[in-house]
Amino acid sequence: MYNFDFERPSSLADAIVALAQEDSQALAGGQTLIPTLKNRLANPAKLVSLMAIDDLQGVAVGDGVVCVKAATTHVAAAAGAAGSFPALAELAGNIGDPAVRNRGTVGGSLANNDPSACYPAAALATGATIVTNLREISADEFFTGMFGTALGDGEIITEVRFPVPDAANYQKFEQPASRFALVGVFVARFGDRARVAVTGASEDGVFRWVEAESALFGNFTKASLDGLELSPEGLIGDIHGSAEYRAHLTKIMAGRAVAAC
Amino acid sequence: MNEVSFVVNGREVSGEVEGRTLLSEFLRENLRLTGTHVGCDTSQCGACVVHVDGNAVKSCTMFALEAEGSNVLTIEGMANEDGSLGVIQQAFQDHHGLQCGFCTPGMVMSASALISENPDPSEMEIRDYLEGNICRCTGYHNIVKAIQAAAEATRTQAA
Ligand SMILES: Cc1cc2nc3c(=O)[nH]c(=O)nc-3n(C[C@H](O)[C@H](O)[C@H](O)COP(=O)(O)OP(=O)(O)OC[C@H]3O[C@@H](n4cnc5c(N)ncnc54)[C@H](O)[C@@H]3O)c2cc1C
Ligand code: FES
Ligand code: FES
Repeated sequence: MYNFDFERPSSLADAIVALAQEDSQALAGGQTLIPTLKNRLANPAKLVSLMAIDDLQGVAVGDGVVCVKAATTHVAAAAGAAGSFPALAELAGNIGDPAVRNRGTVGGSLANNDPSACYPAAALATGATIVTNLREISADEFFTGMFGTALGDGEIITEVRFPVPDAANYQKFEQPASRFALVGVFVARFGDRARVAVTGASEDGVFRWVEAESALFGNFTKASLDGLELSPEGLIGDIHGSAEYRAHLTKIMAGRAVAAC
Repeated sequence: MNEVSFVVNGREVSGEVEGRTLLSEFLRENLRLTGTHVGCDTSQCGACVVHVDGNAVKSCTMFALEAEGSNVLTIEGMANEDGSLGVIQQAFQDHHGLQCGFCTPGMVMSASALISENPDPSEMEIRDYLEGNICRCTGYHNIVKAIQAAAEATRTQAA
């Protein structure tokens, strides 16, 4: 790992100043960034830890929204959302393993937009709002392809507002070695409309399966998905599963999620 | 170089570290607390698990400077005050929960975190909690038995 300067500000204002410097980068739980640094795939001059900033910690529930501050760990998010949004709590509580969940954060997960990460599916399926130090970004605009996001240089996610659906469920088919999703499907129903977000499957990262959403419109049953096929084109094929396998798995996981809602 | 100080196993420690110094490196190389093992250095195996402010973390995936001001517990802090094996360690010995012993420090630290969160874990809950701890020798069965016994012994002690 290349060396870097390290700063751990206790206020958001100080973090923003530190991150405005050239080649400085935010550090949240480090569960992605530290392995990346070890592989010398990043070479920041300075890391600015967000973990000592009280304003970036905690879960607030109200007005049909669960608001998770960016540096809230997966463990704390799972505890905070358990009563109001169980599907989100379950998703957070099944990321990786306990030690990863004690460090990893929602902000780090969304900013990283790993094509197999869990949180992006929840954000996209619920139509969450990603709030930064500069603006509010809707989940539909936020994810811009594998590892890509709408965030600018030095822009920090401060909180994520998840609208609480009338019913929701996340089905994750685990890749047993990495514990990420081989395919994960988050289904959220608001009234008679459903949103279906798929992670782990596409070369473009998380996406909405709009055909499934249309099929579920007004008829929210597993059987509504029976006639659908997802094309394997553009899906990930690797040693863990072919594109065809992932296409098949997406339909199965979507069906299970609808049935569990 | 930066100065870092925190408490390890009840003792105040401090030292000079680089930004990139990992907590695992600082524990092993500066403090010579070599009970914390580094199996993979890629966040996968859990041999390096320690507690920071009561939470199990992979010390190979945290910088020493992030531990500033915190309370760290390592495997060296798990023995009883008289130096005899602590409850979980004893259970691992009694139930043959280790063979080569390389994974054991991480297993014991994870087990300890589990038992404080959930004093009466089921077999499934134990296996689930050990998701991030890899053992290449035992096949896990005796580790699970050891943790069940340790949880029971801890409950009896508390009663
Ligand atoms: C063994 C293992 C298993 C895992 N399993 C899963 C899994 O099953 N599902 C899953 O979803 N994830 C999984 N993860 C990833 C984990 O959830 C990470 O915690 C997460 O992806 C990154 O969050 P972090 O807080 O650790 O971010 P970091 O690693 O600190 O940062 C990641 C990136 O985000 C940037 N960043 C961090 N915070 C912010 C912010 N507030 N604003 C802007 N940019 C920011 C950083 O600069 C960096 O580029 C796993 C990780 C490991 C090591
Ligand atoms: S050495 Fe830290 S997880 Fe393997
Ligand atoms: S006892 Fe050898 S790795 Fe677990």
